[in-house]
Amino acid sequence: MTKTFRIGGIHPPESKLSAGQGIIPLGIPARVVVPMWQHIGTPANPLVQKGTRVKVGTLLGEAAGFISAGVHSPVSGTVEKIDTVIDASGYKRPAIHIEVEGDEWEENIDHSIAIVRNCTLTPEQIIRKIATAGIVGMGGATFPTHVKLSLSPPLATCAEILIINAVECEPYLTADHALMLSKGEEILIGISLLMQAVKVRRAVIGIEKNKPDAINLLSELIKRFEGIEVIPLKVQYPQGGEKQLIDAVLRRQIKSGALPISVGAVVQNIGTAFAVYEAVQKNKPLIERIVTVTGKTLAKPSNFRVRIGTPVVALIEAAGGLPKDTGKIIGGGPMMGKALISTDVPVTKGTSGILLLTRKESVRQEESNCIRCAKCINACPMGLNPTLLSTAAEFTQWEMAEKNYIVDCIECGSCSYTCPAARPLLDHIRQGKNKVMGIIRARKATNV
Amino acid sequence: MWYVSSSPHIHSGDTVSKNMLSVLVALIPACIVALYYYGLGMLMVTTVSVVSCVAVEWAIQKYLMRKTSTINDGSAILTGVLLALNLPSNLPVWIVIVGAIAAIGIGKMPFGGLGNNIFNPALVGRIFLLISFPAQMTTWPVPGFFPMDYTDAETGATLLTVLQSGGATALPQGVGSLLSGDMGGSLGLAGGVAMIGGLCYMLVRKTITWHIPLSVMASTILFTGVMHAVDPTQYISPLIHLFSGGLLLGAIFMATDYVTSPMTPVGMLVYGAGIGLLTAIIRLFGAYPEGMAFAILIMNACTPLINTYTKPKHFGGC
Repeated sequence: MTKTFRIGGIHPPESKLSAGQGIIPLGIPARVVVPMWQHIGTPANPLVQKGTRVKVGTLLGEAAGFISAGVHSPVSGTVEKIDTVIDASGYKRPAIHIEVEGDEWEENIDHSIAIVRNCTLTPEQIIRKIATAGIVGMGGATFPTHVKLSLSPPLATCAEILIINAVECEPYLTADHALMLSKGEEILIGISLLMQAVKVRRAVIGIEKNKPDAINLLSELIKRFEGIEVIPLKVQYPQGGEKQLIDAVLRRQIKSGALPISVGAVVQNIGTAFAVYEAVQKNKPLIERIVTVTGKTLAKPSNFRVRIGTPVVALIEAAGGLPKDTGKIIGGGPMMGKALISTDVPVTKGTSGILLLTRKESVRQEESNCIRCAKCINACPMGLNPTLLSTAAEFTQWEMAEKNYIVDCIECGSCSYTCPAARPLLDHIRQGKNKVMGIIRARKATNV
Repeated sequence: MWYVSSSPHIHSGDTVSKNMLSVLVALIPACIVALYYYGLGMLMVTTVSVVSCVAVEWAIQKYLMRKTSTINDGSAILTGVLLALNLPSNLPVWIVIVGAIAAIGIGKMPFGGLGNNIFNPALVGRIFLLISFPAQMTTWPVPGFFPMDYTDAETGATLLTVLQSGGATALPQGVGSLLSGDMGGSLGLAGGVAMIGGLCYMLVRKTITWHIPLSVMASTILFTGVMHAVDPTQYISPLIHLFSGGLLLGAIFMATDYVTSPMTPVGMLVYGAGIGLLTAIIRLFGAYPEGMAFAILIMNACTPLINTYTKPKHFGGC
């Protein structure tokens, strides 16, 4: 039997329109806008001023505080202004606007395609290089990678396995898939580096079975590496959720509120593994990423290699232009992505895809009474009762919501997707979860 | 300008009416069997029941609730069909209409319509008629081969009524006729095979899960089986119980009503087991030969309590 996670799950149409398209490098735009807050944690502190000349890889903003990440210039040129930009979240965020001139790289960066295999660095040196390169989780959560790897001593001894998330369970997205097919060996070197960094001897790559070419390629390549294993997984959403992936691979479930290390696992995205390779072996900071641009009526669904800060409109133009019937533009996948309010939003470290939905696809069904069919309960991968939580949140029953583990919701959207009465379950639960987390924080603050 | 909303941005396309339709499709074999044995009477009762259920819902929403009509969701049609399958095929039109008014007007709309009702509306209708018109509700036409008579049909007692008065020795027919449906009773008593066919359809379509039908059947077999083992002359075999009366209709189509049944697998098993136990108690020791309808309504009332005490299996096991 193929492995998968054990609670809930759904199977939306895969719609991987851009699968097998290869990776097309996108031209550098005339101007980029680089947000200082592309990660979970504190925004980076800008280090440049208006008029500063920068090269590709120049540090624009330094990490501020423990959970933060540095931001590097993805282009060479002149800083036009330090201002704000509306990013995928819909909020204005501090950002550095750069006018592009040429493509001049910092001297220490090796941006050739030659593969560098050997590494003699210590775990601490590897982690420092990852931090210097500003790497964050590239699956979408954008948690600073060096923080995840810097385990404090009692925890560090528990790590026994590194799990690489190559599930890409979101419909439409194919960025990780394309990366695996074109950069297989580099990814495996990156995984070896991550294994050294967290001092484990075993790593597994979880890939869903709808990517047989990637499974075959990596299964062939791992023969030259020690301790790495490829595990094909049954196609089921949300298998790319950290907790779900650990359950699928290890048959271990993390307790409410605990971290993956509590079951001996460290999870990293496959895109992050590639970024780690480039950072450690080639001194290249995180200044570009693979972005899937897709949609049913888009002329050329593609996978682009894009410099951070490129406006989304440039990607859509390269994929054949915005179709006339576009109703919604989504940053990310259809299940967890965010609807963008403008095509001027810049690509950030966490942008895995740009999805264009037609007007017809964008309109929600009208909601009706809950018929208690329990389909949301059967779909919930966290074993929660979405209809109860949604109602509790709607009627501000915070205590009831907390008792029924509202904070464990991973916001995967399986409940809303499934609901025959088209109830906006996750909308209510998300609001309730934020409220309850605030209440819990306040309680802790007064108790201390 | 583009739409902006929070995730998820796609939907399964499942709707309430698709689910109702799926149950209606699953009822087709049972309806065909009933039509075959009860002919014109079945057609009359079913048509009147469906039309009046839909009309009552429409009228209440339009004139009393002043809300947009929800008759398009198909739930009133389903209630109509289920109510008809719970009635003798020689029941006069006006009594069927009274049943429909009770089902929708008492069982469903006062609570706020579909999704808010506590009791299964079709069963509310049936019990209302059973208590109000005991004579008409317990004289059943003898099954024929597409008979063309309606209220003037020849009548006879049902298997369970015979057994109620005469004990296990009074068993007139073999189990074979129970399976094919060739047996006096409500429309829905016909055709165990047709019912199970409908169950398979709904399981494949994932309209329902196996928990409720299986636990109702298993617990009925268990409790009537224990009594049969104690005294076979007084209590009939559990298999006859399984295939007689409204047991299969109830277990497959009535107990599994989304709105009035629990939501977690464990809750469903508890609920089903309760229905089986109550049915056995009423059938073996009660005044009524049939126990299914009361058993389901009693367990409907317990559903909120069961939902409170049976939580889904939480990730991480706490």
